[in-house]
Amino acid sequence: MSTTETDATGPAGVDERELAAGAQLSTAPKEEPPNVASIGVIGWLRWIWRQLTSMRVALILLFLLSLGSIPGSLIPQNSVDELKVQDFKAAHETLTPIYEKLQLFDVYSSVWFSAIYLLLFVSLIGCIVPRSWQFVGQLRSRAPRAPGRLNRMPAYTTWRTEADPEEVRAAGLAMLKKRRFRAHTEGDAVAAEKGYLREAGNLLFHVSLIVMLVAFAAGTLFKSEGGKLVVEGDGFANHLTQYDDFKSGSFFDTGDLAPFSFTLDRFEGSYEPSGPERGTPRVYKAHVTWSKGTDGAERKAAIEVNRPLEVDGTKVYLIGHGYAPVVTVRDGKGKVAYQGAVPLLPIDSNSTSTGAIKVADGYRDKNGKKEQLGFNAFFVPTFAGEGKGEMFSQFPAPDFPVLALSAYHGSLGIDSGLPQNVYQLDTSKMKKFEDADGELLKERLLPGETMKLPNGAGSVTFEKDLKEWASFQVSHQSGNGLALAGAVLALAGLVASLFIQRRRVWIRATRGADGITVVEMAGLGRSESAKLPEELGDLAATLHTGAPTAPDTADAPASAEDAESAEDPAESAAAQEAADHPAEGAEK
Amino acid sequence: MTLAAATNENLANISNVLVYSSMAVYTLAFFAHIAEWVFGSRSKVGRTAAALTGTAAAAPAVQVTARSKGGTAVLERPKVVTRSAAGTRDVPDGPGADGGTEQGDVYGRIAVSLTILGFLVEAGGVVARAMSVQRAPWGNMYEFSITFSTVAVGAYLLLLALKKNVRWIGLILVTTVLLDLGVATTWLYTDSDQLVPALDSYWLWIHVSTAIFCGAVFYLGAVGTLLYLFRDSYESKLASGGKPGAFATSVLERLPSAASLDKLSYRINAAVFPLWTFTIIAGAIWAGDAWGRYWGWDPKEVWSFVTWVVYAAYLHARATAGWKGRKAAYLALFAFATWLWNYYGVNIFITGKHSYAGV
Ligand code: HEM
Repeated sequence: MSTTETDATGPAGVDERELAAGAQLSTAPKEEPPNVASIGVIGWLRWIWRQLTSMRVALILLFLLSLGSIPGSLIPQNSVDELKVQDFKAAHETLTPIYEKLQLFDVYSSVWFSAIYLLLFVSLIGCIVPRSWQFVGQLRSRAPRAPGRLNRMPAYTTWRTEADPEEVRAAGLAMLKKRRFRAHTEGDAVAAEKGYLREAGNLLFHVSLIVMLVAFAAGTLFKSEGGKLVVEGDGFANHLTQYDDFKSGSFFDTGDLAPFSFTLDRFEGSYEPSGPERGTPRVYKAHVTWSKGTDGAERKAAIEVNRPLEVDGTKVYLIGHGYAPVVTVRDGKGKVAYQGAVPLLPIDSNSTSTGAIKVADGYRDKNGKKEQLGFNAFFVPTFAGEGKGEMFSQFPAPDFPVLALSAYHGSLGIDSGLPQNVYQLDTSKMKKFEDADGELLKERLLPGETMKLPNGAGSVTFEKDLKEWASFQVSHQSGNGLALAGAVLALAGLVASLFIQRRRVWIRATRGADGITVVEMAGLGRSESAKLPEELGDLAATLHTGAPTAPDTADAPASAEDAESAEDPAESAAAQEAADHPAEGAEK
Repeated sequence: MTLAAATNENLANISNVLVYSSMAVYTLAFFAHIAEWVFGSRSKVGRTAAALTGTAAAAPAVQVTARSKGGTAVLERPKVVTRSAAGTRDVPDGPGADGGTEQGDVYGRIAVSLTILGFLVEAGGVVARAMSVQRAPWGNMYEFSITFSTVAVGAYLLLLALKKNVRWIGLILVTTVLLDLGVATTWLYTDSDQLVPALDSYWLWIHVSTAIFCGAVFYLGAVGTLLYLFRDSYESKLASGGKPGAFATSVLERLPSAASLDKLSYRINAAVFPLWTFTIIAGAIWAGDAWGRYWGWDPKEVWSFVTWVVYAAYLHARATAGWKGRKAAYLALFAFATWLWNYYGVNIFITGKHSYAGV
């Protein structure tokens, strides 16, 4: 589309001034074939550099970048979900070593992916620097002088007038300047150019890409991110040891953790009671009391899903919510072996929850022997009612809470040293408590109810005080502001570069042999656009009011009737130029 | 409360009825467009062939834009002559689907009127759905799909209203809209339902509405690009003295010239690209608010990125010698394919953090 490049391959007879007029409407790098003959080491390096900074290679690198990011969406990524990666590895034994070699579980930090974007950014810098110089040069220089034959330009108009050529040029220059063209008179013509903001926007956009990359790199290298589940009444202090899970970038230092702590006072949830939206959270808030440092003033805050708590650049996000029934386990003698809130994990949108109660020590059986107890717990905040289908919650609010337990004793297996999922019971070394029929002992409890273990082994009570928990993600990422600034600037630059046309306008006024002045105007844009002829038409109309068409030129087309006859307007131009450009007529 | 719930359910039903009605209206529009094409083919247009064969050298290399604003002859504005860049084919646009025939034109107008009606009915369906769920109607793929086709038709009608030469898209557009609605109502349909807390943010309005808008308009651009490829090979075949098949001729000679199609789809893609960029930025800001990181290579994010990079590659291709024209067009189609995949494929086949993933 860009006339700058197609002109070069245009028909023979394009004179040099025409080429010069079209050149440099863009600072896009020129594609040059390598000069393979006289090449040394330096030559090769220069050739490689020129290749790397060419548009073609930028294009290929962009394409590679998009292809390269695809596997990361199809294969589980360590950076996104490590558990999924583990599952995948277990399921695909032959693929795993190959994928590991190719770093396909860490695509976005892999050597090959980094190579693509680093090359792209070297290319980008190599592109921006010379273009910026060139652009500054263009800003300082004047618009190129009018080409010899204006009627070869993409938009052209002409008329004959009785006004003086000098007058026409002066009026044209004033008009163009008023319309914020950079214009000057040279010889018999005015040359003007406008729309430099396009190039500026383009440079701004590409520079902003670099800014964003730097911000992203900083964010990744210095970030820290951890998860924590907190039951109502409990607290959290920002120390590494307190996290349930924690990830950080390579340059992160544990000393960087902002010192603060908070206590979850209360989780507040209310849900749409009816209609198609039944169950949708309407209020979903964690009320916390927090303080800076070790003895900062206490402050209250409410954390919501899209409204994190921010302390010194560290943000605390509300991620999830669930119930933590409070249970009391007593041994045969009635002594409390365990008491506490047991967080259970929701498995559906109505907060049907599962988990495990583990009594690791403090319990003795009726013979006084130390033993461990385990319970599989199933909890519904709103029970459907006896005999009404399965044990699934009907509503997320605790309207009719029921806790179902099944009981085991023996060894929990937590002493083996292997990390254990706190929400799952490993019953491989445990025995069932049996009911009268010899089946696994199971019971549904309402708040306040107690389940008796057989043979005086003790009891479990589902306390009336039902607690809720909230899970939080605590993250610290630097460079966010920089990334946002980069993004906004990139957007602004992009808009300027795509919507502003850079274009040139020339006005030539010469006195013909008959003493009548011939005015010619032409426009050249970076790309063909309907706006350019329109603008030229406006300019011409303005100029025309001061230098109206000479009345005696009957053959000059002044009305719209002959709009379809393409020859006419060109002819009047040709009439003047016919003498020095005999080839002109044939081309029309 | 129960009264409100009943109203909501009523609205949801009304929405469904409206969506089905719009399908019926679009089907009528579809037949009207078919009639337009069929009656249009009776004309003997042959403009492209005339411009490209035999008399090619004598064909006018200059087009004239008449600017008549009335007034006296002397104060008439000077006329502007335009000429295309050297090296491009100078072929006039085809007469459109109606082939310049009166009967075809009548059917075409009927089709457009029906499309307007279908658009209004469908838009009503989207609004009723939004009212029934009391939120932005973009919580799941069904809602996404009905909004998507509404916006695509709206954009097309807007271009028509702006007097752009786009009526030839009509048949293709109505066909795809019917497909989209068919898929939406049979496979993607979800009762009005809950929205997870993470989606409850004003960024939903900003991010998702612009995403749908970009997709719908990119779609129009992709149709232009695809037809450009056909029309371009048709023109080059004619220019090299070949003779395309009768069907191809009948269809393709009525389309705008390859240069016009190319320009149209470039304009569309270039105009939407900044908005798509903005969509991704808005999504990142929202992700930063909701999940504590603005970019985490979640599958949805990956594919938005891929789409963005391919469109950027397309814009670069157009500025690179040797990559203009067909090669750039292939890139544009690939870019739209990645957009489609990001919408359907990623939602259905890949589970990510985006909670409406899953049908
Ligand atoms: C991170 C990778 C890049 C992205 C996302 C990107 C994006 C874009 C976009 C969207 C445009 C369109 C704006 C317009 O048409 O005016 C553009 C134009 C341009 N880009 Fe890039 N670009 C990247 C890298 C590069 C590199 C490495 C170079 C240098 C070789 C480069 C040189 C250019 C040039 C010269 C233009 C203007 C083309 C013209 O004059 O029409 N870009 N770029």
